[in-house]
Amino acid sequence: MLENVQILTGAPVFNIQLLLNGISVAAIFALIAYGLGLVWGVTSVKNLSQGDMVMTGGYLAYELGKHGVHPIVAIVPVAAIMFVLGWIVYRIIIRRVIELDLFTSLLATFGMAITIQQSLNLIFGPDVRTLKSGFGNFSFFDGSVDITQIRIIAIGLCIVLAIAMVAFLRYSRMGQAIRATAQDPRAARVLGIDTDTVYALTFSLNAAICGAAGVLVAMVWVIAPFYGIGYSVRAFVIVTAAGLGNLAGVIVMALVLGVVEQYSGFVFGAQFQQATIVSLLLVILIIRRLALLQQRRSLQ
Amino acid sequence: MIFTRRRSAALHVAILAAGIAAPFVFPAHSVQFAVFWIMVLFALTWDAMGGQMGYNSLGNITFFGLGMYICAITQIGVVYNVGEYTAANGAINVHFTPVQYFQGLTLGLVLAAIGATIVAAILSWVLLGIRGPYYAIGTLGVAIAAAELTSTWNWVGGGQGIAMPVFPGGPGMRERFFYFACFVAAILCYLFFRWLYRTRFCLAVNAIRDDEDKADALGLHTTRYKTVAWSAAAFFLGIAGALFGNMTGFVEPLETAYPTLTFGIFMIAMTLLGGKGTLWGPIIGATVFYAMREITWTYLLGWQYIALGVLIIVNVVFFQQGILGWVKSKRPEWFGVKVEEEEKPRREAARPVTTRKAANA
Repeated sequence: MLENVQILTGAPVFNIQLLLNGISVAAIFALIAYGLGLVWGVTSVKNLSQGDMVMTGGYLAYELGKHGVHPIVAIVPVAAIMFVLGWIVYRIIIRRVIELDLFTSLLATFGMAITIQQSLNLIFGPDVRTLKSGFGNFSFFDGSVDITQIRIIAIGLCIVLAIAMVAFLRYSRMGQAIRATAQDPRAARVLGIDTDTVYALTFSLNAAICGAAGVLVAMVWVIAPFYGIGYSVRAFVIVTAAGLGNLAGVIVMALVLGVVEQYSGFVFGAQFQQATIVSLLLVILIIRRLALLQQRRSLQ
Repeated sequence: MIFTRRRSAALHVAILAAGIAAPFVFPAHSVQFAVFWIMVLFALTWDAMGGQMGYNSLGNITFFGLGMYICAITQIGVVYNVGEYTAANGAINVHFTPVQYFQGLTLGLVLAAIGATIVAAILSWVLLGIRGPYYAIGTLGVAIAAAELTSTWNWVGGGQGIAMPVFPGGPGMRERFFYFACFVAAILCYLFFRWLYRTRFCLAVNAIRDDEDKADALGLHTTRYKTVAWSAAAFFLGIAGALFGNMTGFVEPLETAYPTLTFGIFMIAMTLLGGKGTLWGPIIGATVFYAMREITWTYLLGWQYIALGVLIIVNVVFFQQGILGWVKSKRPEWFGVKVEEEEKPRREAARPVTTRKAANA
């Protein structure tokens, strides 16, 4: 552990490597967390199956890859399939829990998470898989810093997707309806917005985002049926810290999370990755708790 | 009213008699019956938060595993160096005299219960101080992290696990002993929550479920109630974990101590199935679920976990009230609820008007 810290201080180049990795990780996390925050903000459903939907996207691309579809091309059909799946799931499950209390929707999506991960396990087996994108590496500083080209491409694609999402929400008619519903569903209904369609569209859009993110995850790292929960927890950490509807906050928090994860993985060892994320969540909750106490004290 | 005082007493005696007779009538299935009582305990403890209070913990299994490990370490630690014992991977066969064994077990059980309670109290300061969904996701994260940390901690055996001390006694004695230990733990758990739900505590906790802001505004110390409920659940889960670890004879982080995917989900599924927010709902749910599980599990060939997820979804979305809640709405008079028939327009079946809320069935 201490030796690893010495490596970091002794050879600063390693820091650049970790930072670069952290940024590429962060871009994908930000995308997933943005989708979670979107659904959370509009429908107030906290989707615990977010990570499992990401994994589904990865496996769909894997399946398409068997028929010779390149992963980057596969993003489009996978997103489309996930959109349809999201719509179906909304019609069957989410629509019925949206009006109920918070914990009902939480448990329903938890049930979805179990169903999805177990189905993936049954269909594709528990093995870890990855998608070959066929790109090489970029090397800097005489090969001591190394980054795969696919990571750069993934960052770029994340940015493109994020810009598309923001533009859609800001300028399209439907995007305006979504934002209006997020602000006040009742008023939106009074003004003639079909909130049911808005909810359905939001949930399906999130599913499509998850699908696209899943393809990127499968290219940059690996996918496995039971890895989904880790992404759900990460997305929750980011949204919790950033707050709802705060895109800048999501990006900043994703960067923090990505870099912290890389550093802790390097210093403590990769087996502590989940534990690091959870302790980060606990730290954020403690900070919020203290802030709340402060607020109450000032009220008194 | 179907559950008169006398009938209720008869039911309790019948269950008690069946519980005592079970390991003698079916000695080959003692372990299954013991696990059944642990399931009852799981459902009861989960319902204290998830049903009565409406705070769904997805990681109550943490306390189960914690209790298991605390008990295992204590049992070994009283006679032997834990680090050496675990490093040898079960190669060291320490001979425990019966006195040493039972002393260690008793101390282990006490420490397991206390340790789990303390951890619950600390965690609830963090997770329960803030409302909303953070609790559910936080508890889930804690359970995953606990399993991961334990499997990297070599002093407690890491991913290899710990072989538990051998039970002193003849064949069949071990199963019977732990069967009765689990049975007593489940009964104590039932009696405790039965008592607790008859106090003001139940009203306060239900108020938190119905509207936490209003409960807070009325002067209830909501965080205190939440902490007590969770710590009580952790207390019994710690004991259950300690007993289960000794019963299986081998403690290992992912499959036995922190099985988030099996026991951790079972406790939720059972409570939802039976009817959350009632005393008997979780018990009925545990019975039905465990019986179904034992009968069908092996025939489902890998589909069982998908069925589990679907069960939770269907339960939450279409069958929220659970078995007991469904019976209650169909036959309210069984539970001492007077139904006033609407006289004039007989359009459909008369809508029941609740005059007096039934006490916890």
